[in-house]
Amino acid sequence: MIQVTGLSKHYGPRTAIDDLNFEVKKGEIVGFLGPNGAGKSTTMKIITGFMPASEGDVTVNGFDVFDRPIEVKRAIGYLPETPPIYMEMTVRDFLDFAARLNQVAKSDVKRQIDWAIEKTNLGDVANRIIGNLSKGYKQRVGLAQALVHNPPVLILDEPTVGLDPKQIIEIRELIKGLAGEHTIVLSSHILPEVTATCGRIIVINRGRIVAEDTIDGLTMRLKKGLLLQMTVAAANPSGIAAIKAVPGVTGVSATGPKLVIELAPNQGELRDRVAKAAVESGMGILEFGAEKVSLEEIFLQLTTEENAKEAV
Amino acid sequence: MSFANAWTIARRDFRSYFTTPIAYIVLALFLAIMGYMFFNMLAYFNEQAMNYQTYNMGHSMSLSEGVIRPLYGNMNVILLFFSPAITMRLFAEERKNQTIQLLMTSPVSLTDIVFGKFLSATLFVAVMIGATLVYPITLMIFGQPDVGTLVSSILGTFLLTCCLLTTGILFSAMTENQIVAVFLTVCVNFLLWIISWSAYSAGPVWSDVLMHLSLINHFMKFSQGAIETADLVYYFSFIFFGLFLTHRVLDSFRWR
Repeated sequence: MIQVTGLSKHYGPRTAIDDLNFEVKKGEIVGFLGPNGAGKSTTMKIITGFMPASEGDVTVNGFDVFDRPIEVKRAIGYLPETPPIYMEMTVRDFLDFAARLNQVAKSDVKRQIDWAIEKTNLGDVANRIIGNLSKGYKQRVGLAQALVHNPPVLILDEPTVGLDPKQIIEIRELIKGLAGEHTIVLSSHILPEVTATCGRIIVINRGRIVAEDTIDGLTMRLKKGLLLQMTVAAANPSGIAAIKAVPGVTGVSATGPKLVIELAPNQGELRDRVAKAAVESGMGILEFGAEKVSLEEIFLQLTTEENAKEAV
Repeated sequence: MSFANAWTIARRDFRSYFTTPIAYIVLALFLAIMGYMFFNMLAYFNEQAMNYQTYNMGHSMSLSEGVIRPLYGNMNVILLFFSPAITMRLFAEERKNQTIQLLMTSPVSLTDIVFGKFLSATLFVAVMIGATLVYPITLMIFGQPDVGTLVSSILGTFLLTCCLLTTGILFSAMTENQIVAVFLTVCVNFLLWIISWSAYSAGPVWSDVLMHLSLINHFMKFSQGAIETADLVYYFSFIFFGLFLTHRVLDSFRWR
């Protein structure tokens, strides 16, 4: 649905994004993850045709964004970083404008507005002036604007910014509900955001893609070796040596009763043998399990790795 | 260009004049000033006419020369200072609030956007000039003004103001700051207004060029009741060129 090839954007001497390549298939929800200033918004602005790329191609729905901008824009619903809302208009008037701007057929305008209002839960404020609404409502008006012509592709730049936790959950549910018939790209620098909604994650840092995978795949890939964690009643050196002796274990570090056991990658299931070694040495297992690498760690690892490479 | 798209944009902008205080302030002050001028012109004309009658000076005074011509001549000057208030927000505000992103990522062309903005401003000016129609109507009730002069004066005023609006739209597109837009618009329009002043000291060729460039010079014939092709061509090309530049300016921002 979206095909990005060799995309670069330079602002004068500064490179905002550098040779991006990725593809988003129909019905997928893809998350752009990266720190602020990584190039997420720039990429989205190029896909939506708001600004041209310095190099590379983008096709959306089969149309090149540079050669056939109108067709591309018609296929996209876009929520920019700052919701593009007119403060002096009422919610309903604004959505009416957005629908007409997207050439929704006259007979469908009212139905589409009602649908967008219902989806984004704006019923209570539909006739109020946008400027008087809270930040959360404004954000939802921005989202409603992107939805109102029911486009096949949705590009959402930080869609849940400024919302309270309950609204965040609502918007996540809404986004998940739109998947399937809609192709969605959303960006965030908040990790739970993408874990909660996206099927696939593209991690961007300093204008480059540093990783692209499903959440599980990303976690697997980054674990490199698996870590096991064990809390024992009384750690003793012979026990630690026994665990170290298990084939596949590359190291054990102990801080008081807490042991962290490093395993070489692709060794299969070793937990049973590690536990056996611990029990036989009489340390007394209180807690034992695989250590989960959180997305935060992955994120930090990826982005700092990249920085380290550049520093060399 | 699609007129439907331009109309969608024009409609929104026109309505937003009336949902913000701009429309009311501009209309109220404009009508107050014009009313004051009309009243005084009429009073002066009355006095003159009485003098003519009393001393029987041989020829009678015409409403065209005594009231209509100064009325619309002055209206142009007032509009020179009022028109930036109509155009200042058209692009500057959109850029500042980033609503321009909505327009630029919608399936409408840049030409639609620029023309839509121009349309909303001209509609508003049409309302302003339309509201002053009470003066010529008053004249028609109580006298016999020359309808031809009246129609051509109104048309000339409208076209001249459209040019002023075009400059305003161009400067509104160039900056996010509305004050800057207003200031530049007034200055450039004023310069284009008085550019003919230097015609008197310029050489024979340049004098002609400068006379032709002046905004107000092309209004002269309109105020005398003549609609000439040369003047129409000047006004329409001025508008076209201004809107074209606006289009280029907006397009260039995308590349930065």
